[in-house]
Amino acid sequence: MSLIGRGVQIGNRSQLALAAKDFREGILSIHIWPMLGWLEIKQRYRRSVLGPFWLTISTAALVGGMGPLYGRLFGLDISAYFPFLAVGFVVWMFLAGIITDSCTAFISAEGYIKQMKLPLTVHILRMVWRNLIILAHNAVIIFLVMLFWPPPLTWDLLLIPPAVLFIAINGIWIGLTLGLLCARYRDVAQIVGSLVQVAFFLTPVMWHAGMLGKNQWAAAWNPFYHFLEVVRSPLLAATTNWSSWAAVLGITFFGYTAAFLLFARFRARIAYWV
Amino acid sequence: MAHVSANGIVVEFPIYGAKSRSLKSTVLHAATGGRLATDAHEHVIIRALNGLSFEFREGDRVGVVGHNGSGKSTLLRVLVGAFEPVRGSIETAGRVASMLSLTLGIDVEATGYENVFVRGAIMGLKRKQIEAVVDEICEFSGLGDYIQMPMRTYSSGMYMRLAFAISTSVAADIVVMDEWLSAGDHSFAEKAQSRLANLVDQAKILVLASHDEQLIRKNCNKILQLDHGDMVRFAAL
Repeated sequence: MSLIGRGVQIGNRSQLALAAKDFREGILSIHIWPMLGWLEIKQRYRRSVLGPFWLTISTAALVGGMGPLYGRLFGLDISAYFPFLAVGFVVWMFLAGIITDSCTAFISAEGYIKQMKLPLTVHILRMVWRNLIILAHNAVIIFLVMLFWPPPLTWDLLLIPPAVLFIAINGIWIGLTLGLLCARYRDVAQIVGSLVQVAFFLTPVMWHAGMLGKNQWAAAWNPFYHFLEVVRSPLLAATTNWSSWAAVLGITFFGYTAAFLLFARFRARIAYWV
Repeated sequence: MAHVSANGIVVEFPIYGAKSRSLKSTVLHAATGGRLATDAHEHVIIRALNGLSFEFREGDRVGVVGHNGSGKSTLLRVLVGAFEPVRGSIETAGRVASMLSLTLGIDVEATGYENVFVRGAIMGLKRKQIEAVVDEICEFSGLGDYIQMPMRTYSSGMYMRLAFAISTSVAADIVVMDEWLSAGDHSFAEKAQSRLANLVDQAKILVLASHDEQLIRKNCNKILQLDHGDMVRFAAL
């Protein structure tokens, strides 16, 4: 790779320690990243009457429009399909939002990065926090749908908050990785944008994985599917999809390992790239 | 004990998207800017700082001088910790106040009062610490009831008054400044000068980059001169 970083040696202990320090101090900057994340939401909706609830409305319009149509196209019962789509779509928006925002996490923080010393992780956390706030607004739709079609009350429902938390936790390594790569290679953001669009159609959001018939592997090898499943299966199937949980935990572990090594290697270069 | 100790710091900027061949011949002898070169991968790089070693101790008032593009701002950014040197090391002890941008983080749609909290947090203050100084800041800025208005309604002078008041509200061990700060109309500027002078007096180390020789002579006791990224002089004034 030619990511210019001659001063930083691979396997350099102190670089690993500095990356860990950045990460730790970033998380501990609890007075900064929640505020900045919230501020960005406020900025976007300042002087609008409904404010961030426009997010809820636009998502609701999409789900409300697509639900009956695709239910009919797939020949499925609307009472089963509508909750399925609503939950899947809201979780998808969360995932896709984190991935696309990751690409600009460092680039958009150029002013901060070049003029002062803040842990770089702060900019990732603020991006994930902002997406959590958006999710909270979109979750209203899930609650409304669940009022009409109540989910079976099982203990599995208790695993939903940790599932959402795990998506957010994964958002941090995704943000570090993509934020760094996009700062260096400006084309990556475009590639990621197209891939996320394609992934929406390739992932069982609008359709059931069961519809794949013999080709279940296409879902099993799709990481997005597992992130959807850990939230979706307790709500819709009254079960916990343990194999998806295993996949999510595995992705978390390997994602963090890879992201951390990459971050340790190139952390000091980010200020020069943005 | 506040101090800064730099040991052979080198800062190089990779310039992506520049054609190395077309640049190489024309700019090597330019009067401004750092040294240009290409690295092993044929990327154009600018060496903004070329192996600087120095020691700032308590009581030092360092004036950084040099022509445009000699590396002054880059050095300041290394001092505040934004840029990490490609080679060499820098150690800083003490709380550093970066006066490189007074408006960083300000949201013009938010009120002046809200922005005191936003800027304060970015400067590293806890909410309690900001609450302790917020009234003084509002008072000093002299904005009156405007403090409760969105900052987009401010004139540029009012905007800078508030930005200045916030940035100078907290004492620091090491103050890093690009040009002497000033803000507002004549009467405010006088107030601002004494406030800034007070902050600088309290600081244990001042690093001030400027083109104004008078200013450097007045405020500094040491001079650090840069030329094309080399430190050509570091001496007492």
